Amino acid sequence: MTQAKSQPHDGAIIQVERFRAAYGGKTVLQDVNFDVNRGEVLVLAGGSGCGKSTVLKHMIGLYQPADGRILIDGEDIAASSGADRERILRKFGVAFQGGALFGNMSVLENVRLPMEEYTDLSREMMDMVALTKLRLVSLEHAAQKLPAELSGGMQKRAAIARAMSLDPAIVFLDEPSAGLDPITSADLDELIVDLNAMLNMTFVVVTHELPSIFRIADRVVVLDAAVKTMVALDSPDKLRDSHPNPWVHSFFNREASTSQEPLAAAASAHAAPVKNGGRV
Amino acid sequence: MTTTEIAPVQVTVSRDAGGNARVGLAGRLDATTLPEAWSQAVIPIRKNLPAQLTVDVAGLSYCDGAGLGLFAELRRSVAVKGGSMQLTGVRPEQQRFLDMSVLKDPLAGQLQPAPQPGSITQLGKSTWLIIEDLRQLVAFTGELTVTLFWAATHPHKVRVRETLRIAQKAGADALGVVNLLGLLIGLILAFQTAAPLERFGAQPMIPTIVAIAMAREMAALITAIILAGRSGSAFAAEIGTMQVTEELAALKTLGLEPVRFLVVPRVLAAMLVTPLLSVFCLLLSLVGAYIVMAALGYSLSFYVNAVIGAITYRDFLGGVFKAFVFALIVAAIGCLRGMQTKSGPGAVGDSTTRAVVAGIVLTILADAVLGVVFYYIGI
Repeated sequence: MTQAKSQPHDGAIIQVERFRAAYGGKTVLQDVNFDVNRGEVLVLAGGSGCGKSTVLKHMIGLYQPADGRILIDGEDIAASSGADRERILRKFGVAFQGGALFGNMSVLENVRLPMEEYTDLSREMMDMVALTKLRLVSLEHAAQKLPAELSGGMQKRAAIARAMSLDPAIVFLDEPSAGLDPITSADLDELIVDLNAMLNMTFVVVTHELPSIFRIADRVVVLDAAVKTMVALDSPDKLRDSHPNPWVHSFFNREASTSQEPLAAAASAHAAPVKNGGRV
Repeated sequence: MTTTEIAPVQVTVSRDAGGNARVGLAGRLDATTLPEAWSQAVIPIRKNLPAQLTVDVAGLSYCDGAGLGLFAELRRSVAVKGGSMQLTGVRPEQQRFLDMSVLKDPLAGQLQPAPQPGSITQLGKSTWLIIEDLRQLVAFTGELTVTLFWAATHPHKVRVRETLRIAQKAGADALGVVNLLGLLIGLILAFQTAAPLERFGAQPMIPTIVAIAMAREMAALITAIILAGRSGSAFAAEIGTMQVTEELAALKTLGLEPVRFLVVPRVLAAMLVTPLLSVFCLLLSLVGAYIVMAALGYSLSFYVNAVIGAITYRDFLGGVFKAFVFALIVAAIGCLRGMQTKSGPGAVGDSTTRAVVAGIVLTILADAVLGVVFYYIGI
């Protein structure tokens, strides 16, 4: 099936337009509009249950939007099928929150699998390329191990290596730092920054870890469960220093805060959602 | 490195008099062009390994992770004979990325599957696994026995609601399939015996044969096999999933022994409902046999009298007792296999399979033992 191609927004590799998500007929997010520019690191942030992972799962085509559309390089992933969909899927890699490694395959086989399916490389080429992907995430020593033999942090890094197996233009990471020690988390952040700089890879990262956000993000989309939509879109520094929404301000200044009270107070002060569509 | 310029990769290989080699790369190096670069660079280098290899990447317009694989392989190839490789023409912004092709073990990359152990080793491992499994079975049997006695003396500590919930799933929900199979088995048994018995004019013996076979053996056995397929597997899957998700560990840290908390309700529920199910199986099999007898022209009163005259209360109670024992075996082995679940996505499936197989095998084994015991005590 072929589909009408939309012209990508200037510089945008992903366009989220009038997006509404619903589960069982109940709206969980609405009126979400933003673009992800080619080569940027965009973070989806917000409190627990605000819909960060929901947006991500719609962006990667696991769910159909209830309204609106999500374009990957100008193509609507939800409306695609067959070869079109396969072509869109090859443009991005995904590292899921729990790793989602295939447990009956070694780490190397996990990384090699997309190459086996989508390239004409020989086995020895794929092995060597997969090994260098594992080198990127400092896991070359664990190539022959099964996922069950790895720690949680190592599984996440292996999942990132698998997501980068085909050198995709976009990499989606769902809570990559969650559950990791600060050093491993910082190493992961450095890897994201390096790959973004060296390969011009676009990253969409779901996280609410402030140190990570400030290290990696060019811009941050802030979602709020109370108003079921996005309430901010800007660079992390601007969100921290000058955003008028008290909840957003508090969210980005919480490390400086000595008490949880401002957060609690701000929780009831959810401000108006972003209405300009977040175009830049 | 930019992504805009798309050009096929160009490779040049040259050697100097000292045996050193130089590979020049230009154009685009990605998964599409890697096979070409590999055949033009790696293959010639492997044929005549240099002491020193220099790879000039100044002409590369684009290089991604696939390119790193080429550099890693060239490094590995020359390292086989103790040689080394260096990259030249690297722009400063490329340096950190290209450094990623330097593997900690320069010889890594020829990944062979782990060697299979020899037959003697495999035999030893298998024997050890069987011994270990038997040890766990004995330990579990002991723990379960003690806990069941404890439950008998502390009935208020038994999780009655959970036991009844499981009894409903294992018993009431299984009634339909047990009845259907009982009806069909009775019908088939009567039908298959009708033809050979006709030759001897012995068709009136059909109710006796079906009634005795079903009451003493088949009803309990069929019910136990259904229990193993439905509930034994479910017990293994439920407890196995709890093992994988560390819920069993959480129970232990709360001071709740899994055998008391999870196994006892399941075993009690199975022991409660299986004898009842076997009675239903027996009754429906007699109905099935009657359908054949009616088709052969025998009356209902003849059939009922023949059945009542064929089986004694000992036959009936012996069958019910067997069902009781089979339920204990099937439920306990299902729970044990669940608790033995290892990690990994296939582990729960393995436990379920092992629960069903072991449940059926041990049930038939127990049936044989009980058959001999019943013979000697005159049942």
